Amino acid sequence: MSDAQIWRHRTPKTQLALWVFWILLVALFVWCWNTMTARTMWLFVYDAPNAAADLIGRALPPRWSYMEKLWVPLWDTINIATLGTLLGIVLAVPLAFMAAHNTTPSRLVLRPFALFCIVASRSINSLIWALLLVSILGPGLLAGILAIAFRSVGFIGKLLYEAIEETDQTQIEAITATGASRAQILNYGIVPQVLPSFYGISVFRWDINIRESAILGLVGAGGIGAQLQASLNVLAWPQVMLIILVILATVVVSEWVSAKVRHAII
Amino acid sequence: MTAYPTRWTRPPQLVKSRWWRIILAIGAIVYLVLAVGSVDVNWTRIADGWERGMRFVGGFLQPDFTTRWKDISTGLLESLTMTFTSTVVGILISVPIGVGAARNVAPRWIYAICRSIIAASRALQEIIVAIFFVALFGFGAFAGFLTLTFATIGFIAKLLAEDIEDIDESQAEAIRATGASWLQLIHYAVQPQVMPRLIGLSLYRFDINFRESAVIGIVGAGGIGGTLNTALNRYEYDSAGAILLIIIAIVMVAEYASGHLRRLLK
Repeated sequence: MSDAQIWRHRTPKTQLALWVFWILLVALFVWCWNTMTARTMWLFVYDAPNAAADLIGRALPPRWSYMEKLWVPLWDTINIATLGTLLGIVLAVPLAFMAAHNTTPSRLVLRPFALFCIVASRSINSLIWALLLVSILGPGLLAGILAIAFRSVGFIGKLLYEAIEETDQTQIEAITATGASRAQILNYGIVPQVLPSFYGISVFRWDINIRESAILGLVGAGGIGAQLQASLNVLAWPQVMLIILVILATVVVSEWVSAKVRHAII
Repeated sequence: MTAYPTRWTRPPQLVKSRWWRIILAIGAIVYLVLAVGSVDVNWTRIADGWERGMRFVGGFLQPDFTTRWKDISTGLLESLTMTFTSTVVGILISVPIGVGAARNVAPRWIYAICRSIIAASRALQEIIVAIFFVALFGFGAFAGFLTLTFATIGFIAKLLAEDIEDIDESQAEAIRATGASWLQLIHYAVQPQVMPRLIGLSLYRFDINFRESAVIGIVGAGGIGGTLNTALNRYEYDSAGAILLIIIAIVMVAEYASGHLRRLLK
């Protein structure tokens, strides 16, 4: 009975492959770590606990009186997010219908074009969009709104075209059987099916946009981030603290609103 | 004879009450007027910027990879190594936190601690965290690495905890019935069930971390974002176009590869 087979989770071959994989992973990690920290000033890193204590000591308590200068930037931030989301929706809806394979007017030209627009918009963060637009349009709200809109196009477009592709074919067939035109099929067969997810996606993106618009001011695109940048430049840490608290509060409120709305829709 | 209606109107879908619909519509219009009114557009500045915008589009179409290749390659290498190390370290830290934040395997007080760590990490945007880490640890990739690690913890730990809470309880019960210790329970009942998803999440987070690494460079945390910021500040749109194209290409490759890998592992 001594040569009875013992149950093993893996064959020796896969076991070996797994070990090789882990060794390679560790080696890659060590190499990456060394490359990354080649230019690190370790003196600063060792000093970080002191620096942190110092920073917190300076930042507390927040300068509450600064709040009166924050109401207008806060209003701007919300406007950037809302108008940016609306503009993003306006741009994304036609793109989504072009990109979905069941509604696209032309598979060879328009569909790849729409897909490329969606991917390009998604790969570039809204802060980078803002960086570009500020250098083109000049600092201000407009650059922020456009940056938020351009980033939202990819997000809304992608989720919406996936929703369009997942529509129930039988309903569309029923509408087609009545002799409906293409526009009528869209209006009565597809739109009612994707409308709930469309509202959900839009509110979700609005919630994300509130977070993002709060920091766009760092590169000059208006809103509360501009105040943050100004306070950071003069090292006014109590003001920085207050601004971060305001941003956190806004984020929490917007998350609550979007959760409520999504709950009501679905 | 009852007259059948010959026309059909679509019933209202979102807000049932007529009065509420009117009030909401008026509210939306008033808000839009106020919000659009708060955007002041400086047309002369835009006219100035138009020529710059055209130059940017030109730079995007004829990217210049060579002139600044040294800066670009250093930034890119920093970004990639930063992404890899922070993803690995972030996952290593977030696995115990994720297990601790799952209600069905962790005691109450550990659950509360882990959930608050997750909430703190998710509430703060990467950029704001990066500002603080740059202030504490000095400029460069190390601050970026810490930022991305911090952000990874909230993301992975939250999704992992939710996944652990959703596991098939009967398997855990079977392992418990053999008299297994807590560690054995995690190893034989929980780990096999959540592993595929954890790998998927890690790949997805790698993708996100690369995108974020392109952004946090703007506030001085190293990586390709810093190079991009410099290029835009010098109005070198052809180099900026090259950097953006590289970012888009890497994001697309990462997305495709991670989708492929996830399908392979399923």
